Amino acid sequence: MPENKADRYRRVAYYPGCALEGTGHAYNRSTRQLGKALGLDLVEVPDWNCCGAMEAKNVDPKVQTYLSARVLSLTANRMGMDVVMAPCNGCYHNLKKAEHDLANDPGSAEVVARLARKAGDPAYQPGEVETVHALEWLKAAIGEEELRRRVRGGLKGLKVANYYGCMYTRPRHIFPEKDSGPASESTAKPHFMDDLLAAAGAENVEFALKTACCGGAHTLSDSDVSTHLVLNILQAAEAAGAEVIATECPTCHSGLELHQVRAEKRLGVRTGVKIIYFTQLLGLALGLSPRKVGLHENVSDARELLAARGVT
Amino acid sequence: MRNLAQIGQRLAELLEKGPQAGDAGTMLALAEEVLEHWIAARGERPTGGRREGFRLLALHHQGARGEPSFNACRESCRELVYHYNLLTLEPDDTRCGARALMMARLANHLYLFIAGKLQVERLGEFCCASRPLRTAAE
Repeated sequence: MPENKADRYRRVAYYPGCALEGTGHAYNRSTRQLGKALGLDLVEVPDWNCCGAMEAKNVDPKVQTYLSARVLSLTANRMGMDVVMAPCNGCYHNLKKAEHDLANDPGSAEVVARLARKAGDPAYQPGEVETVHALEWLKAAIGEEELRRRVRGGLKGLKVANYYGCMYTRPRHIFPEKDSGPASESTAKPHFMDDLLAAAGAENVEFALKTACCGGAHTLSDSDVSTHLVLNILQAAEAAGAEVIATECPTCHSGLELHQVRAEKRLGVRTGVKIIYFTQLLGLALGLSPRKVGLHENVSDARELLAARGVT
Repeated sequence: MRNLAQIGQRLAELLEKGPQAGDAGTMLALAEEVLEHWIAARGERPTGGRREGFRLLALHHQGARGEPSFNACRESCRELVYHYNLLTLEPDDTRCGARALMMARLANHLYLFIAGKLQVERLGEFCCASRPLRTAAE
């Protein structure tokens, strides 16, 4: 097994999760294309299942732990791999939570062992697999220096507010590797997306709401609450001078895009800031075509802006 | 104590006129009032104490006790304090206008989150607390 992260992360198991096959398809497409362009190998987890997301968690949290643990078990036992990369904040969060629960809660371990036995799968043992987010993957496997070297046109002059949402950093206890030194990610002020996009030439703006609640989990049940929260995030980004909000989660991305439209319809407030996945921005900076990174799949149409800034 | 709608109205007026560095104290006080509403709604008396020199952080700490989903607004509170410090320690900085506007947006976010949470208590449960929304099913 390679010793350092840069080598370990060059070939990882890839867990796209359900959202990336639906509303977050552009994130899936751009992540795969980016990996290919950078010479990183993504091997999709075979026969993967839903991480349990909101639905299973609400019925029985331990079933959600099992569903996430099954993905980890497939990675370890069927693929023989020890790193799984999940670009979706929800999947990443749930896999991390399963890891934490299995290591610390005997009740969860008992349920997972029982359900795995019933399904005929080996039960996942904590510590077998490391779960990483797409940001951590790229930051360690490529890093800013290498990215800077490979960037072609770049994102020069593009003003970006980086929005991380909540599940990438909360609750803090399931992310023990964060807040662990100068090179690590921060839960209070995450910066990995800022670092990567700056290396690709973007001008990151000072954005104080990068982990602020968007009401995401309530987006359908309490839409007005979510619309007001999202609108404030969009207006804050514009106040900071951003032309683009970069996202790293399909739920955040859809929430921002759809409530931007809803805010205009319901509240009569129009915001012009564009919402783009960070993988799409990095792909464009590396010279990939807008179509290859799925820009046409976004609800927030940024094509004119990016052309005007010379990014495409 | 003003009601939440009055606080929301005051914040909207500030955002409308364009807040200045001199409004930092007002915005911090409005944010504290918002947290007082959350604590009062839980049947507690809002603390008069301070954490790291700020009552806002003490109020957040009190509001989050036994309520991990309240950490959804932890960073907003800390950013409010950070912006307050920037505005009061560097009142002549050329970036004051932008900083004041961002502080007003932060205070507004805190207001929207708490107002939303008072309507829908479980806002932030699933994500920030990583707890199921329907705990009765456990």
